[in-house]
Amino acid sequence: MRTMAIVRRVFKQMLRDKRTLALMFLAPLLIMTLMYFLFQNNTTQVASLGVHHVDQSVVNVIDTKNVTIHHYDSSQARKMIKQHDLDGYLTQKNGQLTITYSNSNPTNTSLIKASLQSGLVKLKMKTLVTVTKKQRAALESQQAALKKLTAAQTQATVTKLKTAIAQAQARGDQATAEKLQKQLKQATATTSSSTQSAKATSYTTKSHYIYGSSDSTFFENFLPAFLGFFVFFFVFLISGVSLLNERTTGTLSRLLATPIRRSEIIMGYLIGYGGFAIIQTVLTVVFTITVFKIHLVGSIWLVFLTNLLLALVALTLGIFISTFANSEFQMIQFIPLIVVPQIFFAGLVPVDGMASWLQTIAHIMPLYYGANAMTAVVTKGAGLGDIGVNLLILVGFMVVLTMLNIVGMKRYRKV
Amino acid sequence: MATDYVIAKQVSKHFGHQQVLNQIDLTLPAGMIYGLIGPSGAGKTTLIKSILGMEAVDSGTVKVMDTVMPNRAVMAQVGYMAQSDALYETLTARENLTLFGQLMSVPKIKLAQMIDYAAGLVDLTSQLDKRVSGYSGGMKRRLSLAIALIQDPQLLILDEPTVGIDPELRQQIWTELNKLKDTGKSMLVTTHVMDEAERCDYLMLIRHGIALAEGTPAALKQQYAVDTIEQVFLKAGRMQDANDGNR
Repeated sequence: MRTMAIVRRVFKQMLRDKRTLALMFLAPLLIMTLMYFLFQNNTTQVASLGVHHVDQSVVNVIDTKNVTIHHYDSSQARKMIKQHDLDGYLTQKNGQLTITYSNSNPTNTSLIKASLQSGLVKLKMKTLVTVTKKQRAALESQQAALKKLTAAQTQATVTKLKTAIAQAQARGDQATAEKLQKQLKQATATTSSSTQSAKATSYTTKSHYIYGSSDSTFFENFLPAFLGFFVFFFVFLISGVSLLNERTTGTLSRLLATPIRRSEIIMGYLIGYGGFAIIQTVLTVVFTITVFKIHLVGSIWLVFLTNLLLALVALTLGIFISTFANSEFQMIQFIPLIVVPQIFFAGLVPVDGMASWLQTIAHIMPLYYGANAMTAVVTKGAGLGDIGVNLLILVGFMVVLTMLNIVGMKRYRKV
Repeated sequence: MATDYVIAKQVSKHFGHQQVLNQIDLTLPAGMIYGLIGPSGAGKTTLIKSILGMEAVDSGTVKVMDTVMPNRAVMAQVGYMAQSDALYETLTARENLTLFGQLMSVPKIKLAQMIDYAAGLVDLTSQLDKRVSGYSGGMKRRLSLAIALIQDPQLLILDEPTVGIDPELRQQIWTELNKLKDTGKSMLVTTHVMDEAERCDYLMLIRHGIALAEGTPAALKQQYAVDTIEQVFLKAGRMQDANDGNR
């Protein structure tokens, strides 16, 4: 009853604050859209490479859609890179290729590196192929000579056998004739088999993807982590600032001068702002899946559930942290301390590869569990059983923070 | 039921090294307007919060409606008006009243009637559906008073109720408070406006957390042989300072 009075109040206040509503519901969509286009364009990145006195055959193989070639008349790589704003410079002295990278943009450096490497491999293959072709021609001519020889031999045997058969038949010796006939068949059979020549095998690759498709982009892989992060960020901020306002305007103290339980206030907040968190989650998830055609392998309900739990953790954390702030500005100061570090442990950088003390930090970050569960559901189709532990840990975070909040309100009223 | 709504005995409280309340005794019977007067920082608000059970006292006991405070359930029988207007500005006056009515467990069928009654008392009936953010300071003060009256409590604790209210309305409010008193309700009012103190039935002068003097306004004036409460206060203050100096 009293909890619901608080819930109704939270709803009314939120619905009247159009800007906060817009921030909560539209800002994530805006950022998602921006990210979608940013990471899509990554595939058409082009690096510029200057070349000087390099064999045309080498230049031809390096010239791919990711690298544009410019020819220059100087061997001074450093100078040319600076002068023409190049990403790399390739020179040749006899058989020695020397490459200088500008390395002001590591992505372009790796693009040139990859092109150069694959180009050189291609080149090696080509020479290998010409060599084998020559060898094959030689082999083939030998084979032809051999074939001629065997054909002649067989012909001789056949004629010999045929005359022998004719003689045997003339003699009326049926058994010998049959035996000879068999030999004849064998002789002709060998000829036909030896005409089969060895053909070179050419390999083609066919790719299969267990998760996602060949269209999977950076955006798609990290979408679940970002989805969780945005929900976490906005709910943390809004709930924290709301409770802070309630504290600074004195309404919290006024509420506590009524017979309301401290837990009823916290529950009212959880339900009220939790409701908006649900709407935000549904909107963001449905938007990304339908507009960007994201391939969702697992159940959409699990995505909602994980996000909701994450939102509730953010809500209780926001309320908890607001206790340590005396103004909205001080609340904002907690964002780089509490919220931003979470994104690093959300799966953008593989946690398994981190130093062990960093892994320990990861395990106290709610977003680590939330984003892991989301990624598993979205990209691998994990079920409730697979992410159950993660969800339970999130529930644990929520329960502990809720308890702390209820106890923390004793500051304003002793019962 | 005992006729004393509030009984505070030997209440002491300190924040850090500062003694805010020093062995205060206070008894508020039914049907009385009890005035707490004293300068800012004298400990009036702390005493009120101790009576409400929002502050824990270091020593001494507070009983409200025969129940030892702090006690959550008893709070429903106390109407409280805080010193600062703690109102939800994005909500209308009616929504604020509804919220606190629900928190005070006013039955649903009675709530609309109580809102009309409380708003009428403070002359806000025509402005009920306006958002509080558009209210003037005086209107907010009146709405706070209406909220304190929403559950029709027997005991009202009003912290500086008439700050920022124009003289005419202040007159009206005091008339209402006297009417409420006649129905058997009691009020504990803090003020530092001395002419308001004259309207109280009983006064306690607080300074530096110590109860300097108490009694009816007439008795106090007689005791200190002066004409106004203001002079009583000044004289009592000087005597306190002189005593401190002698120590």
